[in-house]
Amino acid sequence: MHELSIARNIVAIVCERAGNVAVKRVTLEVGELAGVAVDAITFCFPIVSDGTACAGAALDVRTITARARCRTCAAEFRQAHFAAACSCGSHDIERLSGHELNVKEMQLEAA
Amino acid sequence: MCATCGCTPSGVATLVRTHDHSHENGHTHENGQVHDHVHPHDVLDATDLRTIALERAVLAKNDALAGANRRWLDDRGIVALNLVSSPGSGKTSLLERTIRDLRAHVPLVVIEGDQATENDAARIRAAGARALQVNTGTGCHLEADIIRRALDALEPVDDSVVMIENVGNLVCPALFDLGEYSKVALLSVTEGDDKPAKYPYLFAAADLFIITKIDLLPYVDFDIAACIAHARAVRPGLEVIALSARTGENLAAWYRWIHEARAVSV
Repeated sequence: MHELSIARNIVAIVCERAGNVAVKRVTLEVGELAGVAVDAITFCFPIVSDGTACAGAALDVRTITARARCRTCAAEFRQAHFAAACSCGSHDIERLSGHELNVKEMQLEAA
Repeated sequence: MCATCGCTPSGVATLVRTHDHSHENGHTHENGQVHDHVHPHDVLDATDLRTIALERAVLAKNDALAGANRRWLDDRGIVALNLVSSPGSGKTSLLERTIRDLRAHVPLVVIEGDQATENDAARIRAAGARALQVNTGTGCHLEADIIRRALDALEPVDDSVVMIENVGNLVCPALFDLGEYSKVALLSVTEGDDKPAKYPYLFAAADLFIITKIDLLPYVDFDIAACIAHARAVRPGLEVIALSARTGENLAAWYRWIHEARAVSV
C-alpha cells in the first residue's frame, strides 16, 4: 500500500501551490507501468485530503501508454507488461513512456 | 461565466434560461424566472476555475532527499546498500553472517526496517555491528527522510558500509529511492523461481540479485536458471549471486561484490 504515501505526496504538492484556495480538481499522470494501483490512489486521495485545501477535490487520472524502443532491432512497440520483450525476442529495450507518476495540474476557484 | 445562468463577470447574461440559483451579491431569482437582465457581479462557478500547471513528479520530494543522502554518503566514501525482499528471504541471516565474516576488515552499520519489534536490530548487535531499528508502524517501505534521520543517529564512519534492511515487501520499496549505492534484491529458493516475473518492479530496480538458502535446493522445486532468466527479462544484464548464509557457499562472491562497490565509491 505505498499508494497511501503516494496520495500524501500528491496532496502535499498541490497544497504547497494552492495555499488556502480551495482546489476543485487535480490531474494526475500515471504510466501504465508506473508500479502504482490507480484504484488505491483514488481510494486514499479523499482520505488524506480531508482538512486540507484539497478536501472535496476531484482526482482525474490520465493513463499514459507504455512504449519502448528495442536496442537490438530499433523497433518501437507498445509494452503491454513490464517484462514484455520486443517481437524480435530482445529484452534489451529503452523505455520511452509508461513510467510517469506526475501531478500534471490543478484547478482552483478563481481568485 | 456562470455555468448555471450564463451571466459573465462583466454582468451581461449571455444565456437565457430558467434557473433557481442564488448569486453571491445577495440577489436571487424566483424559481422559473427567465434570466435576461443585466447585473454587475462576479459569479464563480465550475467554468471560472483557474488551471495551474504543476508538472511535478509525485515522488520529487523523496527523490530530492534521496539525492541529498547520496551526496552525503558519496562525500564520505560510504557504500549504502538497500536490501529488499519479501519477509523471510533471509536478509537478516545474511547480514549476521556478513558482519561476523567482515567485521575485522569492514566498518559496517545496519538500519533495520520493520513494521514492529526490535528483534532484527538485536540480532545484528549480537553479531557485532551497530544497528538502528526503524519501526514503520503501518508503513510498508522505508523512505529517504527515514534514512536521513537514521544516518544522523548512527553516524557511520568514513569509508564504511551501511546496510539498509528494508521492510519485507516485494512491491512497495521498489519505488522509493533512499540514496543508496545499489538496491540488492533477495529471493530464497523456497519462494518460487517465477517471483521476478510476478514482481518485476523490484528486480528491475536492483543492481544485484541474491538467491538465498541454496542449501535447501535438494528439497524444493526451484530452477535457478529459470529464475535468473525471469529476472534478466525485466533487468537485462542483472548480476546474480546464489549463496547460502548457513553453509557459507558462495559467500565469497557477495563479499567480493561489496569490496568492489567500496573500491568504486572511495
